[in-house]
Formats: sequence, C-alpha cells, structure tokens
Amino acid sequence: MRIGKHPILDFKKGTKIEFFFEGQPVEGFLGEPIAAALHAAGIKVLRHSVKLDRPRGFFCAVGKCSSCLMEVDGVPNVFSCITPIRPGMQVRRQKGRGRIAVN
Amino acid sequence: MLSDKLTSCGIADHSDIPASWPSEERLKKGPVVVVECFQEIPCNPCETSCPRQAIVVGENINDLPKVDHAKCNGCTICVSRCPGLAIFVIDVNYSETESLVTMPYEFLPLPEKGDTVSALDRAGKECCRAKVVKVVNTKAQGKTPLVTLTIPRGMEKSIRFFKLIP
Amino acid sequence: MTNTNFLIIGGGPAGLMAALSSSEFGLDPLIIDENQTIGGQLIKQTHMFFGSKAERAGTRGFEIGMELEQEIGKRNIKIERQASAVGYYPDGTLAVLQNEKVTPLKPKAVLVATGASENFVSFPGSDLPGVYGAGAVQTLMNVYGIKPGRSVLMVGSGNIGLIVSYQLMQAGVQVKAIIEGLPKIGGYLVHASKIARAGVPILTRHTILKALGGDQVSGAVISKIDDKWQTIEGTQQTLEVDTICLAVGLSPLTEILWQAGCQMNYIPELGGQVAWHDDLMMTTMPGIFTAGDVTGIEEASTAMLEGELAGLGAVKFLKGDSKALQSRINDTACRLAALRAGPFGQKAREGKCKLAECRR
Ligand SMILES: Cc1cc2nc3c(=O)[nH]c(=O)nc-3n(C[C@H](O)[C@H](O)[C@H](O)COP(=O)(O)OP(=O)(O)OC[C@H]3O[C@@H](n4cnc5c(N)ncnc54)[C@H](O)[C@@H]3O)c2cc1C
Ligand code: SF4
Ligand code: SF4
Ligand code: FES
Repeated sequence: MRIGKHPILDFKKGTKIEFFFEGQPVEGFLGEPIAAALHAAGIKVLRHSVKLDRPRGFFCAVGKCSSCLMEVDGVPNVFSCITPIRPGMQVRRQKGRGRIAVN
Repeated sequence: MLSDKLTSCGIADHSDIPASWPSEERLKKGPVVVVECFQEIPCNPCETSCPRQAIVVGENINDLPKVDHAKCNGCTICVSRCPGLAIFVIDVNYSETESLVTMPYEFLPLPEKGDTVSALDRAGKECCRAKVVKVVNTKAQGKTPLVTLTIPRGMEKSIRFFKLIP
Repeated sequence: MTNTNFLIIGGGPAGLMAALSSSEFGLDPLIIDENQTIGGQLIKQTHMFFGSKAERAGTRGFEIGMELEQEIGKRNIKIERQASAVGYYPDGTLAVLQNEKVTPLKPKAVLVATGASENFVSFPGSDLPGVYGAGAVQTLMNVYGIKPGRSVLMVGSGNIGLIVSYQLMQAGVQVKAIIEGLPKIGGYLVHASKIARAGVPILTRHTILKALGGDQVSGAVISKIDDKWQTIEGTQQTLEVDTICLAVGLSPLTEILWQAGCQMNYIPELGGQVAWHDDLMMTTMPGIFTAGDVTGIEEASTAMLEGELAGLGAVKFLKGDSKALQSRINDTACRLAALRAGPFGQKAREGKCKLAECRR
C-alpha cells in the first residue's frame, strides 16, 4: 500500500532491494525501516506478546514503545520501526522474549 | 458567539456566516473575498499576503481577520496562502443564472477545465453539479491549487468544496 | 564527535533555533539528534503553519525544517545525526550513543530540547496491529510514502487528530470519522472545517468501546457518551476500519532532565512533568537549559522562540551579558508573549505561571 502521487510531497525512494520475511522474499527500498517495508507489503503483525501470545504491530514508529520487536538475522529484540532494511536480511516474527538462533 | 454546529462538528452555520459576507452592492461590482475564519487563533498570513491591505489582523496576532471588501479586487492571492483554507473568492456576475466560487483544493487528481464535478456544502453534502471553469496551479500557489466552479446563482453562500464524479 | 561548550540535545524547531541564536553571538554549538533527519516533528508536517511571518507562517512544516537546516549549514554549527543522549552523570558528563559507540561529552552548557512522546489510551483490542499513534501514521505516510491502511477511525480532535486526518485523506486513505470525548472540538476550527466539508463526520461526545479483529484491526465500536463519560445505551455503532489512529495528546520527554537533577513539577496544563525554568529557559541546575515541547506541549512557533531564548540564555551564561544581547532577548520574549496572548495560548500561559511559582 504505497502512496502513488501525493499532492504535496515527492517521495525520493532509495534503490529497490529484496529481503526475507519468514523465509519469503519481500521488496523494499533502501533507507526504509523494516516495519515500514513490511507494512507496504501488507504485513502488519510483527510479533506475538510474551504472556498471552497476542499479535502486535508497531505503535510509535520512533523506537520508544517496544511494540515492534522482531528477530533480525537471528538476533532478537530488534526495533523494526527504526532499523533500516538491508539486502538479504532475514526478518522473523518474534515469539515472546525471542529465541537465540542456534546454527 | 460561535454556533454549536461550528464548535462541535466543524460546520459553520447561518449564524456564523454574516460576519464574513460582503454587501450586495460590493458583490455586484465583481469578484470579492469571503473569509470564513471565526475563531481567535495566532495566525496572519491572510494579512501579510494581501497586496491591497484588504485583510487586517493587526497588532494582536490572535485577533480575527477584519476584511475591507471595498479594498479587495478578488485577485485570489490570499486563498492559497491561508493555512486554514478558510478563504474563498465569489463572483455573482458570471451570468444571469450562475455565480463563480474559487476555492483551494489540495487533493489528487486535480480536475480539469471543463469537467463536471459534484459541488458540496460545508457539511460535505452534495448540492448540485458544477462546471470547472479554471484551475490554477503555478509556483505561486505553493501546492495549494485553486479551482473555480460555476454554480447556480444563490448557491455561492453554501458551496465550499466538491468531489470528482467517477 | 568533538567536544563543545554548548551541547544541544534534539534537532527539532527548538534545538535548531537555539543553535542559530547562540551562534549569532559567537558560540559554536553541537546539535545531536537520534533521528537520521534533522527537524523533529517538522519533517512530517505537510500543512502550512500558523503563526506570523517571523515564525514562517504560511510555510509548510517540512519546508521550515529544510530552511532552518540550510541556515545552520551556513554557520559554524555541527550536527551529529543518529546520536542519542543516553545518560547524564553527576559530574556533568553526557553519554552519547552513536553507531553502537558511547562518547562522553562534557559541555559547559546543555540544552535539552527532546520534544515529546505520544500518549496511549487502552480499550479492549487496543494492542492489536492496526492501532497506531498519530505520529507513527504521519511518519509512515509522509516520510516513507506508505499508507497505514484503507480506512481509518481517528480518536481525538485536537490539532494533531485533525491535521493527520486531513493528511490521510490527501494520501488517498478514507477517514470514516473523528471521535472526541469532549463536547467541543479541541483543535483549530478552520482545520475541522476543511475535513467536515469533505464529508468526514466529527463526532464530539463519543468514545471508542473496543477494537474488533482477530489478528489485526477489522473494525471499531464507538458510542455516544454523556457528560460523565458514561456510554449511552443504544448509541453504539460499528465502523468498518482497518486502522485506528490515536491522537490523544503528548507527554514531555524529560529523562535527561530528571537524571541531571533539575527540579521537576507536575503541571497538567503543560502536559505532565516539566522542569522549572527561568525567563531564559535555564533550569534549577546552572547551565542546563530546556525549551520546546519538553517544557510544555505547545506549538512549533512557540518551540522556536523558546529555543531562541535558550540559545541567548546560554550566551549570557557562558560569555556574560551585553546590551546587544539584552535587546535581542527582549525582542524574542515579546514575540513569544504575543503568540501566547490569545484563547489558544491560555493553557500554556496558565501552565507557565504555575510553573514559575513552583521554585523551591
Ligand atoms: C500532527 C502535528 C501537527 C502540528 N501542527 C503544528 C502547526 O500547525 N503549527 C505549529 O506551530 N506547531 C504544530 N505542531 C507542533 C510542533 O510540531 C511541535 O510543537 C514542535 O515540533 C516541538 O518542537 P521541539 O523542538 O520541542 O520538539 P521536536 O520537534 O519533537 O524535536 C525533538 C527532537 O529531539 C530528538 N530527541 C529526543 N530525545 C533525544 C535524545 N535522548 N537524544 C538525541 N535526540 C533526541 C528527536 O529525535 C527530535 O528530533 C504539530 C505537531 C504535530 C505532531
Ligand atoms: S482576494 Fe486579493 S485583494 Fe482580496 S483579500 Fe485576497 S489577496 Fe487581498
Ligand atoms: S490566514 Fe486564514 S486561518 Fe490564518 S487568520 Fe487569516 S483567514 Fe484565519
Ligand atoms: S513501534 Fe514503538 S518502538 Fe517500534
């Protein structure tokens, strides 16, 4: 759900790149945070809560509320609303407090 | 006193309007400004943008804009400078049966000259069909384009917006 | 990151104006901001600002931000982006985190201009994906060009609720309604009228009862309320929306001020806990200044003038007084008082008066 033409703003987009969400390829633009790129692809559920396993999305988009914690390249508790996407990045929904990746 | 309809729904009522209305005599002379800004807020671009000093806020920036309709020539400069999009220019001399109303329109797509649109009142209610006679969107409007519609005579008191007909 | 005499934390309108006014009198301030773009709230504002010409009224918010940044570029003012102030130590050391590295800075004067964070209200389902802060929606939409959803319920009719609703409409998103618990619209009526004439209902004396949806928001139940905020039976209605946007106020971001040991006071008119400050924005801790939304939720125009004063205050603190400085201070103070003189400035006026009386 990207905005096409806007009456006031011109959006300068970075290069189009590909990263992975739950193993599936997703496109985004360099400079965009993970949560924004996922949202553009229609993905709103970013994690499940610690106690009740409730779905969570982002809320503040400025790294202040912890609603958007995700697992990125095996590292849990990454603020997906302010962390920019990188080509090939592996992003997963976090369950509870997150697990440490064991290869 | 502002009407309840204005303070609770954002829709100016018959009781709010007279303050902004030009005299019959002035209306007959040609296009003229109508400023629908009824609440004291710290703002004055209407005053600073008018080349003819037809709108004055004055020393206290919170005062309401006062309009001298006699000084205004309907040039529309202030319409795209008002952050409240509260200024319109009307002209009741377009034809025997029709008037013109010029309004700011910050949405896409912009209509084109000759298009027929659905004219809306202050509550967003569809009132009649209207024809677009002019669209001005140069650098001077600063991305607040101006659209001029022809509407049936008498409706210039109520038409303040429009929507495109799909 | 180089050390500095005058460190400015936060590159919003308050911080930027402090940098400009202090550099005018020979200081070389350093601005740090945790964001990658300078301008604070301004970068998300696509509407023309109110105020007077001196505060750039009639210019769109993001353009004001760009203009200020350009002026700063012409002066000897350094900016460090994506740099957060994370701690203030009793010996006057500020820890700044940038690129996972902490740098200790020891400035002689500091301005805390960190702005504010959004308030939250809870109701059943308020934790569902699709319930977003108005600021978050603005960031997504106006910074990244992404729509938050297809249809929105806006909660709150202050200027933020009204402006973000209008911006959603400009982005091609349908706004189903704006609801407000109070009997009157909180923001400027000219903003409300722009929205009303496009056919979006503004429902005062209404509240949200719950958000519907399993995995994400699929609707909202709203209801009329009486003057005791009790729901009125039979007035419930369900709106089909995929986004619920909360614009229910802001709270000052005061962590650094607390850590620095500044005297803090709870002033509801200003949005919560704020630091006591004098006429030149200096807190009870000598050399620590504060300005903008962090000292009371107001406007960009007032934040700019408070910032200007704080910058001049830092000059006085570091270099002493002068005639030119004093006349500049008087001029800024007068403009600030003029902005606050109207009915919309009443809350801030009362809040600032109360705060002034709190000095222990
Ligand atoms: C939707 C909306 C519409 C508005 N419309 C208007 C209007 O029409 N007219 C008007 O005058 N005002 C308007 N405002 C209000 C105005 O934007 C704010 O009052 C103003 O931005 C406050 O300025 P500030 O400098 O205090 O804070 P901010 O602009 O919030 O800037 C604070 C900065 O500090 C940074 N920061 C915070 N903590 C740290 C830290 N620990 N380390 C480093 N950096 C940090 C942040 O990243 C941010 O850049 C509007 C606000 C909103 C949200
Ligand atoms: S229409 Fe022109 S002359 Fe009339 S008030 Fe506006 S700017 Fe002034
Ligand atoms: S510029 Fe517009 S909103 Fe501002 S005072 Fe003038 S008429 Fe009112
Ligand atoms: S959405 Fe609040 S921290 Fe990311």
